Amino acid sequence: MMYLSLFLTFLKIGAFTFGGGYAMIPLIQQEVINHGWLDTEELIDFIAISESTPGPLAVNVSTFVGMQTGGILGALCATLGVVLPSFVIILIVAKVFEKFQRSKIVNGAMIGLKGSVVGLIGAALITTGISVFGSAVKTVNVKEIVAALVMIAGLAFGIKKKVSPIILILASAVVGIIVKRFII
Amino acid sequence: MLAQLFLAFLKIGAFTFGGGYAMIPLIQREVVENKKWLSDKDISDIIAIAETTPGPIAINAATFVGYKTKGVKGALAATIGVVLPSFLIIVLVATLLKDYMHYEIVEDAFWGVRIAVIVLMAKAFISMLKQCPKNVVSYGIAIVALVLVGIFNISALWIILGAALIGIIYHQLKVGAKK
Repeated sequence: MMYLSLFLTFLKIGAFTFGGGYAMIPLIQQEVINHGWLDTEELIDFIAISESTPGPLAVNVSTFVGMQTGGILGALCATLGVVLPSFVIILIVAKVFEKFQRSKIVNGAMIGLKGSVVGLIGAALITTGISVFGSAVKTVNVKEIVAALVMIAGLAFGIKKKVSPIILILASAVVGIIVKRFII
Repeated sequence: MLAQLFLAFLKIGAFTFGGGYAMIPLIQREVVENKKWLSDKDISDIIAIAETTPGPIAINAATFVGYKTKGVKGALAATIGVVLPSFLIIVLVATLLKDYMHYEIVEDAFWGVRIAVIVLMAKAFISMLKQCPKNVVSYGIAIVALVLVGIFNISALWIILGAALIGIIYHQLKVGAKK
């Protein structure tokens, strides 16, 4: 049952990831790749497109994965799954918000969760980096490595200057075409 | 009122890029300044609540505002409103992409785009690191999580559950010690 599996997987992702957006990527990456729905590179492409289209990143990525795996019905199952836990939990918490915020258990859990988010994004960064740069490094493709390093420096400068992520992604697409066609 | 909530969040979902925190100023303008449904205090509550509950921040915020304004029905209207534009746009893009993904020029473009995503992930990593509570337990959990998931490919789910549990125990011990 692929639809049920999509729904339950994204339900799990929606129920257990804190911090939204990029903090949700590590679990999405693990789950989606373990299920064999996508490979790492496809997921990165989806993240890029999700970042360049309006709306919440996590919802965009879920819809994308669902669509790719099971068409419109798959997209519906994945999106419903990722949204449902948030929705239900907020309805419960909204009633007892003041008490919830002062709770020793919630405050304690946040100390651990904020640490885990740092580690999980770090881990996603490692596995993504290996999948994108692995083959260039292994085959000692000097031109490609240099081009990538120059791009990373340019992007880091862009982020420092607070250029919007959409502009950075679009510019990288143009640079990618130029580099691959005329330089490498 | 329900239709207005739905339309307000439809607009927010259709016009914010980057999701989550990028939506908060728009929600503030729409819900507090234009419609006067909620106060500024409610907006700061939204950020606190979105951080401490799981799931996408935009969904947390929409559900909370909807509920505060018009109960469960309001929560439903706001949440559907904020999700709908994303859903439709992605369904459209995914359909188009299937036909164009195998053109060489598209593949070349994605070579560049992947590098951009890695740099954006690195940026998210740095900003999470800055928000991390400055104590041995939080940093310790970060390092252990990095190694277990990045190298040994342990499920992130166990790491999240374990981290929450350790945080709770640490906090209880610290509060106990103060007394």
